[in-house]
Amino acid sequence: MSRIAVTSEGPTLKDMVDPRFGRAGGFVLVDPETMEHEYVDNGQSQTMAHGAGIQAAQVIADSGAKIVLTGYVGPKAFEALRAAGIKIVQNLDNMSVQEAVEKYKSGSVDYASQSNK
Amino acid sequence: MIVSIASGKGGTGKTTVSASLASVWKKPVLAVDLDVEEPNLHLFLNPEISHQEKIYLEIPVVDESKCTLCRMCSDLCQFQAIKVMGDTLLTFTEMCHGCGGCLAICPEGALSPGQRELGILSQGSSQGKISFLMGSLRVGEAMSPPLMTIVKKRMMKILEKQKADAIIDAPPGVSCPAVCAVMDSDLIILVTEPTPFGFHDFRLAWESFSSMGKPMAVVINRAGLGDNSVYQFCDEKKLPILASIPYDRNIAQAYSKGQVVAGLSPELEHKFSDLARALQGYDREAPYA
Repeated sequence: MSRIAVTSEGPTLKDMVDPRFGRAGGFVLVDPETMEHEYVDNGQSQTMAHGAGIQAAQVIADSGAKIVLTGYVGPKAFEALRAAGIKIVQNLDNMSVQEAVEKYKSGSVDYASQSNK
Repeated sequence: MIVSIASGKGGTGKTTVSASLASVWKKPVLAVDLDVEEPNLHLFLNPEISHQEKIYLEIPVVDESKCTLCRMCSDLCQFQAIKVMGDTLLTFTEMCHGCGGCLAICPEGALSPGQRELGILSQGSSQGKISFLMGSLRVGEAMSPPLMTIVKKRMMKILEKQKADAIIDAPPGVSCPAVCAVMDSDLIILVTEPTPFGFHDFRLAWESFSSMGKPMAVVINRAGLGDNSVYQFCDEKKLPILASIPYDRNIAQAYSKGQVVAGLSPELEHKFSDLARALQGYDREAPYA
């Protein structure tokens, strides 16, 4: 199963999901079967005036992840993720990265068909 | 000479001063509205518009059959306007600043020039004596400097042809549009009101524009309001206060009807004539005058 990218406020599974996609603190890349994970920092997005979502989409696409779990995705980032064939789960907030992945694995989430921001 | 009328805070009187100055200027003058996001100088000068044209920015158009996904264009672009996502080259044309770098660097000829409409340039004259130039940004366009840059190029052409001076009505603020408006001028006039808000943003404008090393001078509007902080600051920084317009209900009323304030009374006309003379004095001090 391919890796899942979760927007995160920190590097571990215990850190909270960052509801922002483009300006997330970083991305925890999780193998949903083994729960092995690594972290990609996204701190540089804070200094970007525009285009943080597009840049973040590029980072996710280059990481090889095929699914993103996050809170809110803007229209440009959404278009970019979709072009890369990445599926998007939105509206996740107030939970840890681990909880988000568990929720995804339980099947109780839907893939987004359009940007929610 | 090119004089730009700027401020930090909005609504301090840039357009009031610009329109009045243009109306009392002794030499041939071009009034330029560079507040392209919400131009309003025309409401006061009532120019007859003789020429209008749509202005475009050059943006990339992708020929996917030629693109090899090499990423040279996306690595070059500083604005995330062109990106390889999976096996597609995507463009986000609203992010594009029109530098043309991607078109130049593409080794496959996969990019060709397209257009994004920026807005409208209008040209005309007011009462046969004030030449007029204005940019109006397209509703929905996020970037104003590209349009402003094209309006400024036109301004330079007109100035050369007419041997005129330019009075630029600049946008408020201290970010790219404001800097873009004042960066080519010989003199920057900061219009402020002596209130805490006015002073706060005035100071930001002074800090922001100081780095350009251009002479700056001050016009106080709504004098009588607020406190002493603007005056103290000008004193400390040796910023000359060239005119002071009183806080007066009649002026506000005239403004609301689109009247040029310099035409309200002989006192006000004198005030602006004196200001115009003081500004033209800077021209004589300029090394190339």
